[in-house]
Amino acid sequence: MEAAEIVRHWLGKGSCHSTASEKEEGLKRIILVGSPNVGKSVVFGNLTGKYVTVSNYPGTTVEVTKGKGKIGEKEFEIIDTPGMYSLLSITEEERVARSMLMEKCPGVVIQVTDAKNIERELHLTLQLIEAGMPVVLDLNLMDEAEGVGMKIDLEELERQLGIPVVATVATEGVGMDILKGRLAAYENKEARSIKYDEALESAIQRIERILPSKYSLSKRAIALLLLQEDSGITVLIREELKKGYNALEDIMQETKKHYEQPLNYIIALSRQKEVRRIIGKVSDSSVKKTLNLREELSRLTMHPLTGIPILLASLYGLYEFVGVLGAQVLVDFFENGVFGKFINPLATRVVSSILPWKVAQELLVDQYGIITLGIRYAIAIILPIVTTFFIAFSIIEDTGYLPRLAMLIDRLFKKIGLNGRAVIPVVLGFGCDTMATMVTRILETKRERIIATLLLSLAIPCSAQMGVILALLAGNTRGLGIFIGVMAIIFLFTGYLMAKLVPGEKPVFYMEIPSLRWPKLSNVITKTYTRVEWYFKEILPLFILASILIWLGRITGIFDLIVSVLSYPVHWIGIPDKAAEAFLYGFFRRDFGAAGLYDLKETGILSGIPLVVSVVTMALFMPCIAQLCMTIKERGIKMALGMLAFIFPFAFLIGGLLNQALLILEVKL
Amino acid sequence: MLSQKAEEILELLWVTTQEESDQPMELKNKKYSPDTPEIKELLKLGFVKYDGKNLTLQGEGLKEAESVVRRHRLAERLMADVLDIQENLLEKNACQFEHLIREEVEENVCTLLGHPRECPHGKPIPIGSCCKRNAYEAKSVVLMLCELSPGDRGRVAYLRTGNSQRLQKLLTLGILPGVEVEMLQRFPSFVFRIGHSQMAVDREMAEGIHVRLKGEKRR
Repeated sequence: MEAAEIVRHWLGKGSCHSTASEKEEGLKRIILVGSPNVGKSVVFGNLTGKYVTVSNYPGTTVEVTKGKGKIGEKEFEIIDTPGMYSLLSITEEERVARSMLMEKCPGVVIQVTDAKNIERELHLTLQLIEAGMPVVLDLNLMDEAEGVGMKIDLEELERQLGIPVVATVATEGVGMDILKGRLAAYENKEARSIKYDEALESAIQRIERILPSKYSLSKRAIALLLLQEDSGITVLIREELKKGYNALEDIMQETKKHYEQPLNYIIALSRQKEVRRIIGKVSDSSVKKTLNLREELSRLTMHPLTGIPILLASLYGLYEFVGVLGAQVLVDFFENGVFGKFINPLATRVVSSILPWKVAQELLVDQYGIITLGIRYAIAIILPIVTTFFIAFSIIEDTGYLPRLAMLIDRLFKKIGLNGRAVIPVVLGFGCDTMATMVTRILETKRERIIATLLLSLAIPCSAQMGVILALLAGNTRGLGIFIGVMAIIFLFTGYLMAKLVPGEKPVFYMEIPSLRWPKLSNVITKTYTRVEWYFKEILPLFILASILIWLGRITGIFDLIVSVLSYPVHWIGIPDKAAEAFLYGFFRRDFGAAGLYDLKETGILSGIPLVVSVVTMALFMPCIAQLCMTIKERGIKMALGMLAFIFPFAFLIGGLLNQALLILEVKL
Repeated sequence: MLSQKAEEILELLWVTTQEESDQPMELKNKKYSPDTPEIKELLKLGFVKYDGKNLTLQGEGLKEAESVVRRHRLAERLMADVLDIQENLLEKNACQFEHLIREEVEENVCTLLGHPRECPHGKPIPIGSCCKRNAYEAKSVVLMLCELSPGDRGRVAYLRTGNSQRLQKLLTLGILPGVEVEMLQRFPSFVFRIGHSQMAVDREMAEGIHVRLKGEKRR
């Protein structure tokens, strides 16, 4: 890929995961929808044969996954959508899922549900039916429902709803054949939908008359969404109708006046009435038993007295696995063993024999060459660290621990303008800040996304960088303590300031706490694989780009210029001028910089206070080029440049202050 | 039954002579005279006495006046908490409403509201017999979710968030009137069981969920 193309690719408006064949002619489409944590992705895997990420965490499948599967004699295109609770969308995921329904004209929509929470799930079922969707209802996790003593009369439920209903345990493959059978034999029939009270019905009818018929959602559903003031739909219809929208506006105002409570409440209550009527007919409502086996452990993870020690223990486990096994043992093996002994000498020999020109050799195999630096870094350093991190993260995710972490930390995060939900990008940031910046999408308000993005850029070192930093401070407990303390203070202080300064509504926290589940090995492996694959596809080109830019910068002399400019602030914070080079390279990959410092430490130039000061400054300093691209893509160029303009001087300011403080206090390091 | 006007005079008398001061009320400062039909009505019932200068509450009249004040303030509470009526309209509506609330209804309203101590303007609500009873047996009371203790159970009575977005979030999570809830944990976040799932919310969200308690409230 060409440099310009890579940048365009990263800056482009479209998704970075564009698929070649958007439109497959003649292929019937199946779309899977459902609330988070119901096993949608497992059903998807069962239907397509290709297993995709399954998750306990609401919000990890922001991307839409597609696959093909043969059901009966026909081939289908199958699409998995992000979790949605309601057609009336609040979150980014719900908006994505709904637009899939609106754009893709599905042949069948499978609503995957958690059978034991059928009362809640039926709300979406009724909405889908109302929207004219060809729905098949899948009561998944049926084993858990039976575990709590719940019985559901499937035939009666089918009669009540007028759509096919199947029960499955997707993880065990139970009921999948029946589901496939129903899909193969699917015929679209008119299903029953609910009647609302007179004022609402008359408003719906009047709105329906004005609406154009071009959407795959029924006019009735769109009318209801408009009445409930769904922002996305309102904008869409307003743009479509232009002046004609005023007539709609009048109907909506008039209807609103008719009720004392908001219309979404009135509509939800009518639906609830219908749901309860149906539930009364199909299920034994006297069930009282709960999942007591895992309850106790679940309680321990949430209680502050036991939850916080468990949290610290998990963090320590994470450190041992990623920081020690990944970043030290495995990196050492790959870097010094595989690359140091074999690949680099070999590549150097081969290249110098083929290409006699010094400049060309430098591009490929010199100190900063594509092979010796770019690829070596990608494979020897990043791969082991990132892989171990994603294994650990997938395990934590699949057990359902993340929402518990979120509820423990919510109070603290509120102080920095975020809510508990933001632990996901923050924890992920310790793995890869670039990926974490993308995941800030799960936050609901623009304000939270801005705060989280800045904190990720400033105060969260990624695993690659952490690896080198830990190596730099190895055996230096006091130095490590100062590093962690300063980073934590900056994280909290900057967040606190941002919370005061960034305008916008204060965040609220609400989250479903799923049952604790044992992670499945196969699941963890596929998930890690998918993520590492993504990481490599997106990041490796940038590594190579970085090597090329460094090469260009060096032969044109631009780098010397920048380094000499950078040496002033570097000098000012009391670290050797030579470190300026490391800071510049730090921009191309956060860990290039840290590794540059490592070389300085090894040669004895950097030690004591300047070492700790430079590590702190480096960690705060600019994000790597990939993260910058992602920040531009997610937050826009203005915001991204604004953040850089803050981070750059701020990192050196803190470095300088820390240096002075350590000198005055005469700290021995 | 007393006329509306007579009830208003009782209310005025109670507030000026019992609550705001213990000075008697001089009739000539007010727009009433001993000849107004309402005052005559009250004198006839023996609820008030008139000594040519001051009008004072006496006997049954004292009790009756307190009851009017109580109903007025309960009505205000009801409108502010449940019906979500804006503050500037409270007074006018409450004045008409108080006359409609009779004793049995009054107790139900009081219980529904969780035996409130103060009206929305911060004035005390006189204690009724249901409130006294409540001190012994905790009857089904409507409380905010954030007021429940771990182990408390009940059904969602109504939602009141004052913010349409938040209301929508609660609705999509299946938190709807009539659904059973059980409080599990209060700190660091509020965790409760709803149906067969568990939810964690912060205080702002928990304040919007009003629960009709089942059984006694735990301490």
